[in-house]
Amino acid sequence: MADPVIDVSGVTKSFGGRTVVDRLDMRVERGEIYGFLGPNGSGKTTFIRMLCGLLRPDAGGGTCLGYDILTEGDRIKPHVGYMAQRFSLYEDLTVRENLMFMASVYGVRRPRRVVAEIMERMELGRFSGILAGGLSGGWKQRLALAGCMLHEPRLLLLDEPTAGVDPGARREFWDQVHGLAAAGVTTLISTHYMDEAERCHRLAYIAYGRLLARGGVEELVAGSGLSTWLVKGPGAHEAKVRLEADERVEQVVAFGNTLHVSGPDAAAVERAAREAAGPGARVEPGETSLEEVFIQLMRGAVKP
Amino acid sequence: MVAKEFVQMRRDRLTFAMLIGIPLLQTVLFGYAINSDPRHLPLAVLSGDNSPFSRSLIAAMQTSSYFDLVRTLSSRGEADRALDLGEVQFVLTIPEGFGRSLLRGERPVLLLEADATDPGATSGALTAFRALAVRALARDLSGPPSSLLPGEDPVTVRVHAQYNPEAVTRYNIVPGLMGTILTLTLVMITALAITRERERGTMENLLTTPVRPLEVMLGKIVPYILVGYLQMGLILLAARYLFDVPFHGSVVLVLLLSVFFIAANLTVGVTISTLVRNQLQALQLSVFFFLPSLLLSGFMFPFRGMPEWAQAVGSVLPLTHYLRIVRGVLLKGNGVAEALVHLWPIAAFWLAVIGIGLKRFRRTLD
Ligand SMILES: Nc1ncnc2c1ncn2[C@@H]1O[C@H](COP(=O)(O)OP(=O)(O)OP(=O)(O)O)[C@@H](O)[C@H]1O
Ligand SMILES: [Mg+2]
Repeated sequence: MADPVIDVSGVTKSFGGRTVVDRLDMRVERGEIYGFLGPNGSGKTTFIRMLCGLLRPDAGGGTCLGYDILTEGDRIKPHVGYMAQRFSLYEDLTVRENLMFMASVYGVRRPRRVVAEIMERMELGRFSGILAGGLSGGWKQRLALAGCMLHEPRLLLLDEPTAGVDPGARREFWDQVHGLAAAGVTTLISTHYMDEAERCHRLAYIAYGRLLARGGVEELVAGSGLSTWLVKGPGAHEAKVRLEADERVEQVVAFGNTLHVSGPDAAAVERAAREAAGPGARVEPGETSLEEVFIQLMRGAVKP
Repeated sequence: MVAKEFVQMRRDRLTFAMLIGIPLLQTVLFGYAINSDPRHLPLAVLSGDNSPFSRSLIAAMQTSSYFDLVRTLSSRGEADRALDLGEVQFVLTIPEGFGRSLLRGERPVLLLEADATDPGATSGALTAFRALAVRALARDLSGPPSSLLPGEDPVTVRVHAQYNPEAVTRYNIVPGLMGTILTLTLVMITALAITRERERGTMENLLTTPVRPLEVMLGKIVPYILVGYLQMGLILLAARYLFDVPFHGSVVLVLLLSVFFIAANLTVGVTISTLVRNQLQALQLSVFFFLPSLLLSGFMFPFRGMPEWAQAVGSVLPLTHYLRIVRGVLLKGNGVAEALVHLWPIAAFWLAVIGIGLKRFRRTLD
């Protein structure tokens, strides 16, 4: 357990003079589920592509599964399952043909059986003979996931694997990832869903290619120093308008008739909430969520 | 709509360059390469006579600018070989004692053999030859020998259009067509097939798997070699049974030798795919390669009729040499030995393109 599966530092990549990933470090332990978050265009995909040898970092380096990412890509590839953000299997092959192809490319032994098993596990069986291009978005994602797990990789690099997947399937997917993690498979996963972020062992949050925070969920929430109060009841909209103008409050988010009011000073936030709350509304202490933490981080990030 | 189209056109530099480049290339090639009356065709002489008559005959032939004397032959066998290999376009045979029998008014026979696989290349020179020979000799003879009837020529000019005596253009075109069709379809097919992987994002997946670039290349090439053979089979069948092209040589040999040509074209396709970003560009670059092949290989215009720069460009292209192989085997009945001469330029071209392709093949997405 001592050797980290991913251990890179100073990784940097620019496209046409614009730095997209800026001196990023990452250390992921074996069996860990590591969440990778950041706003659109923050460099997540670019970073993951560098880990699996699709892009060459301009600077920095490190190891993946103990092999150098710059020079030993060929030894890393057989043990990594990469799922691209964009569907990258063959739309003009059937589900089964795609999986058989992936199995042969990885030199999987007994491909028929392995493919049959994975189709069963991912419930792809009934689509077996259907062209991948004809699948709905969520089923394509599942197929792609099945494709990158066939060869029993030791490291999964998943780039937004659940985008567009329904909640039931997402839950199943996460149960599987946890099952794999228990068996020692390491997962680096990028996502925009907060509930998924909460299911990771550890998280890293980046913006403009730079690391802003990392750690477990509680750590991150505690580290943000935010306190949250809930304002429940009628008059939520008027209260929101007032709170948004209030300097003591950093964020106000409406969830139906409940407002989540957050700010760095718990007492000040409570006072502001009580002043703004309309008649008949209740003010209660709430829990700061990851979303508030990330939005705070995002606002604090300086554009390079 | 129009504005958007122009903006997109400007973004795609290569496409834009091609839109200008292709018509330009075509015009230049057509304009300069066409020469329907080729001159300076290589001539070899097999002479058994050393009289001033034969010398002034040869001088007159060169002055006409139709013929360039490139070799003097010493035997019949050498003459046949030079024609089979395509080293020379014509062989002139001057019989022993030509000068003497000319003076005696015996009307000796002058034999001009032409490699007429491509009738277009030789017809002008053949027509000119008869008049030219008569005129040159008559001048030297200071008055016709008394034994000749008035108006009778002092020599008997015999012209043999070898390999294609009836000058049927079709015989030459059909084998040529085979090479041309193979070039166009094979280059395009592979260039598109690989670019499609990049465009659809499947290359991203492929590159993270343990497959090696050479495997990707071969994976794209091998199936299409079979496609190439299917095309060849169809064209050869059509040539034989629809167009009655006579096959003097071994069809099997043609098929065997074609493997280099097919592979070379497929590799060009692969290499094109490493140079372009999308399928449209791949298509355009394929056409860009195809046009010179079509125009400068000797398919459209007789190779020897083209200006030197065009011949130089043409000599690099595999189609040029492939045409010589196919015409050589099918129409002249050439065997392996004669064909090998034209095979190595194809092989060299192929290796060079493989080199570029492997160097350019990106194992990464950037
Ligand atoms: N091949 C490329 N050439 C030029 N710029 C690129 C290239 N790939 C990515 N970029 C730029 O790099 C930045 C980071 O992109 P990246 O795809 O890594 O972001 P991301 O965090 O994955 O975003 P998202 O959450 O939307 O998927 C973007 O601004 C993008 O425009
Ligand atoms: Mg991304």
